[in-house]
Amino acid sequence: MTGRRVGDTLFFDEPVWVESCAAAVGKKEGEGPLGACFDYVAKENRFGEKTWEKAERRMIELACQHALSKADLTPSALDCALGGDLLNQCVSTSFAMRGLGMPYLGLYGACSTMAESLLLGAVLTAGGWSRKALCAASSHFCSAERQYRYPLEYGGQRPPCAQWTATACGAVILCDAPRRVRLRAATVGRIFDPGITDSANMGAAMAQSAYETLRTFFRDSGTAPEDYACIVTGDLAAIGHTMVNELFARDGVTLGGRYQDCGLLLYGKEQDVHAGGSGCGCSAAVLCGHLLPRLACGELKNLLFCGTGALMSPLTANQGETIPGICHLIVLEGAK
Amino acid sequence: MIYVKAFLVGGVICGLSQILIDRTRLTPARILSAYVVLGVALTGLGLWEPVVRFAGCGATVPLMGFGYTMAKGVSEAVMQQGLLGALTGGLTASAGGIAAAVFFSLLAAVIFSPGDRS
Amino acid sequence: MKLDRKEYLALSQKASPPSPSLKNVPAAFFTGGAICALGQFFKGIFLGWGMEDKAAGTAVSVTLIFLGVLLTGLRLFERAAKWAGAGTLVPITGFANSVAAPALEFKTEGFVLGVCVKMFSIAGPVLTFGISASVLYGLLLYLFGGAA
Repeated sequence: MTGRRVGDTLFFDEPVWVESCAAAVGKKEGEGPLGACFDYVAKENRFGEKTWEKAERRMIELACQHALSKADLTPSALDCALGGDLLNQCVSTSFAMRGLGMPYLGLYGACSTMAESLLLGAVLTAGGWSRKALCAASSHFCSAERQYRYPLEYGGQRPPCAQWTATACGAVILCDAPRRVRLRAATVGRIFDPGITDSANMGAAMAQSAYETLRTFFRDSGTAPEDYACIVTGDLAAIGHTMVNELFARDGVTLGGRYQDCGLLLYGKEQDVHAGGSGCGCSAAVLCGHLLPRLACGELKNLLFCGTGALMSPLTANQGETIPGICHLIVLEGAK
Repeated sequence: MIYVKAFLVGGVICGLSQILIDRTRLTPARILSAYVVLGVALTGLGLWEPVVRFAGCGATVPLMGFGYTMAKGVSEAVMQQGLLGALTGGLTASAGGIAAAVFFSLLAAVIFSPGDRS
Repeated sequence: MKLDRKEYLALSQKASPPSPSLKNVPAAFFTGGAICALGQFFKGIFLGWGMEDKAAGTAVSVTLIFLGVLLTGLRLFERAAKWAGAGTLVPITGFANSVAAPALEFKTEGFVLGVCVKMFSIAGPVLTFGISASVLYGLLLYLFGGAA
C-alpha cells in the first residue's frame, strides 16, 4: 500500500510532490490584485484567435507550456495529463491536448476540476502509475458566458450575487521525486444539494459542500482549522464565503482570517465582478500563480485547497432542478 | 408638452419594470413576453388607447406598444376580412418592426464582430 | 450541526445583498423616459414630412430598432444597459438588442446555424406570445363582434 484511507480522505504516505506550476490569465485577471503573479497575461481575451473557444484552448496550451518549461520538460516526459473545463463535452482541454500526444484523461467537476485533477494525479503518482502528471483546469469568460447565459452583447443586468467567470487556466506538474511542495492528502467530496434554484447564486449553492468536505476532512485527519496556515475555497465568492464562515460559527468553530476564497482573491473591489470570481480557472490560476509559489518559498506552511463546483447545466436550470454542489479538498505542505 | 408626457410615462413604465426585475428575478425574455401580451390585453380592454393618446411614444415605444400595434392591426383586419384577419392582422401591423429587427441584425452580423465584455 | 433546507435558504438570503434598486430604478426611469421622448421627437419629424400617424409610428419603431442594433454592433448597448437596466430593455430598443446580440455572437458558428438560428433565441418567445395573443384577440373579436 502506498497510502491510507480514513473516511473519505486519502493520505499519500508515498510522497507526491509539485514539480512546477504555471497560470495563464485574461486581461481583466491580469489587472486584478494578483496580476503580477501570473506567468502569462493576455493583452486581449482572444489570445490572438478567431473564436472564444480557440482562445480558451490557446490559454490552456500557454499554461501547460509554461509549466513544462519551468520544469525543463517536454510533453513526451509526461506520463499522463488530467484536465477539464466548463464547455460542453470538455472540448477546450481535449482540443488543447490533442497536439501534445500524451496519455490524457478529460475531467468534469465543474469549477472543482482543479482539485479533482490534482486528486486523481496524486493517486496515479502515489500508486506508482505515473512519475510526472500534468493537472490542469481552465475557464474563459466569453466561451462560458455564451454557453451558460446570454450572448456577450446582450444588455441584461446581473444581480449582485452573480459571479464573474474567470478567464484563466492553471497547470500543475506532479512528480514522485522530492521537491519543495508536497501534496499530503486529499478528501473526495460528496454531492450536497441544499435546494438553491437561482443559477445566479452559485456561491450559496456550493457553500454547503465546502463546509461538509472541510468538516469531513477535519474529522478524518483529526486536525482543526488552527493547524493550517491557510484554507481557501475555489469560487464561493462573497456570499458563499460568508455562509461557510456562518456554518462553522454554528458549530462553534472560528475560521478567521486564514479562510479565504479564490473568487475574492482574484479580483479587486473596483473591477465590477459582483460577488466575485468563478469558473474552473479561478481556483486553478490562484493556486498556480499565488498560493503554490508562497508554499514553495516557505511563506505559507501549509494549505487546504478546496475546489468547489456547481454541478448544473442550463438544461437542468430550465427544468427547474435545484443546484447540487461538490467540493474536493487537497492538503499541500510547503518547504520546511 | 407631449415630450414631457412621453418621458414621464415611458420612464414610469421602465422604472416599475426595474422594480419587477430587482424583486422577482424574472428573466428579461419573460418580462418582455409578458409585456407584449399585456399590451394586447390592455388594448383589447380599451385601456391602452387612452394612455397612447395621453403620452404618445411614452406608451408606444415600450414593448406594450408592440402589443398595442398588433391588437389594433388585428381588430381592423377582422373588421375588413373576417376570420382570416385574426391571423393576418397582428403580424401585418407589426411587420415593419419585426422585419427591421431581423434585417438590421443580419446586416450587423455581417459588418461587426462580437466583442469581449471585460 | 445538521442543516435543514429552510434554515440554509434563510442563511443564503441573509448573505445575499439585495439588488441596488435605489440606483437601478431612477436609472431605468431616466433612460426609458429619454428613449420614449426621443421616439416622440422622431415622430414629430416624420409627421412633419407629411407621413400619416400610423406610418409615422412604424417609422419610429424602425428608427429606434436601427439605433438599438447599431449600438449593439458597436458594443455600446451592453455597456449602457448595465447601468440602465429596464430603461433600455423595455423600450423597443431592448427587442432590437435581443435579436442583434445572438445574431452577432453566434457568427462563429456560421450564417445559417449560427446567426439565423440563434437570432430568435431570446426574442422568439416575445414574437410567439405576441402573435398568439393577437390571434386570440382577433378570434374573440370575430366571435363576439366589434368590441373595438
